[in-house]
Amino acid sequence: MTDFSVEAVRKGDKLALSRVLSRVEADDEDGRAALDALFAFTGHAHKIGVTGAPGSGKSSLVNALAHYLRRTFPDSRVAIIAVDPTSPFTGGAILGDRVRMPDLQNDTGVFIRSMATRGALGGLAEATLALSQVFDAAGYDTVLIETVGAGQAEVDIVNLAHTTIVVDTPGMGDDIQTIKAGILEIADILVVNKAELPGADQTYRNLVSMIEMGYRGSGGINGGHHRLSEAPEAQTPDHAGWLPPVLRTTAITAQGIPELEQAIQRHRAYLKASGAWHTKESSAIQQTIDKLITDELIGNWKKKLPSGLYETTLQAVSARKMSPRAAARALLAYNS
Amino acid sequence: MPEKKIRVLIAKPGLDGHDRGAKVIARALRDDGMEVIYTGLRQTPQMIAEAALQEDVDVVGLSILSGAHNALVPQVLEKLKENGQDDVFVFLGGIIPERDIPGLLAEGVTKVYGPGTDTRVVCQDIRAALAERA
Repeated sequence: MTDFSVEAVRKGDKLALSRVLSRVEADDEDGRAALDALFAFTGHAHKIGVTGAPGSGKSSLVNALAHYLRRTFPDSRVAIIAVDPTSPFTGGAILGDRVRMPDLQNDTGVFIRSMATRGALGGLAEATLALSQVFDAAGYDTVLIETVGAGQAEVDIVNLAHTTIVVDTPGMGDDIQTIKAGILEIADILVVNKAELPGADQTYRNLVSMIEMGYRGSGGINGGHHRLSEAPEAQTPDHAGWLPPVLRTTAITAQGIPELEQAIQRHRAYLKASGAWHTKESSAIQQTIDKLITDELIGNWKKKLPSGLYETTLQAVSARKMSPRAAARALLAYNS
Repeated sequence: MPEKKIRVLIAKPGLDGHDRGAKVIARALRDDGMEVIYTGLRQTPQMIAEAALQEDVDVVGLSILSGAHNALVPQVLEKLKENGQDDVFVFLGGIIPERDIPGLLAEGVTKVYGPGTDTRVVCQDIRAALAERA
């Protein structure tokens, strides 16, 4: 039995919205039906990902940014999806991002939903994309998605968000860290948070030179440090590519937040003007469809297997009597 | 399909700043496999009910050491009801005098726990309450 309606979600009923989010997260029949019905109303929200190391200040930055958005654009509504890790041992989770969002708790135009990863790797939960679509359909203009504390490879956010903000802090390593592949690469906007701390200038310079290295020779940039970061307005929407700006913030005092918001708006304008907005959407949709097909195929195929065969094959591989590839071939052969 | 996760909001209403107990219970529930939303100190009943609504929790756990439970708890219960969440179980822990407990239970609190409570008992009580509802 359903305890919510799609119409109520569209009309702004928070209880209905909250319940739909749970059902979509659980991926049950009602959740799937709701998501199917809501999909037609999606495609409007600006999805902004915020990622970075544990303790870098992601939640505080989200708090400051959402607070600023609501003060500057009182008619806009902001949804926040805050993801924290599930324990691999007990399946439990502490979802503590709300603690860092005190400015938003009395604001009826902000909806915060905490999510546990429930076993997913990559920095998000399985259903994070689906939840962002529900918020989109419910009329939220901005969806801020905060990943789990990310290391070097939790980069799923880039497939989901239109704009990805990577938060760095002073003291996180030398300039070798900045040239590694992974999290810094996915940034549309780089933020040095806790900019009041010693070492912030060094971190800032390392990031700026990393960006320059990537763009020099590709025609993206001609100037030096100043050109890149202190004159970000030089970036025009019709620019051939996007040069990730490096910004300094102190989230707990909201220092640098207006500049961050402006950078986000510029990135949005760039995405729209260059067609990248559309490309991102289509590739996300393609991934969703592929994933649904894969899940469905595997599910159906497993149902057709003689009972116990999967387990005995698994044991054979564990005992080194069979290689994993041979096992996969043997199991697949049952379907044809 | 995986079993439905139990979602619990742990909140400290009012002005006392001692959250050790709340953190211990949050950790114990996590270790029992639940998803625990921790909201921090100095919450108003309004804020707690709004968080419970947005997070679609099954249970709200309140920790009160200040002596203001008779004022705060009914307000939380009322706000939950106003939001249509009268099916949410409310558990209370802290320094609660014996003589206040019957009144709080009558208001709609499911259980009241004092100092020294075995956290395993709390986990069992939550699971039992939810099983009964289902």
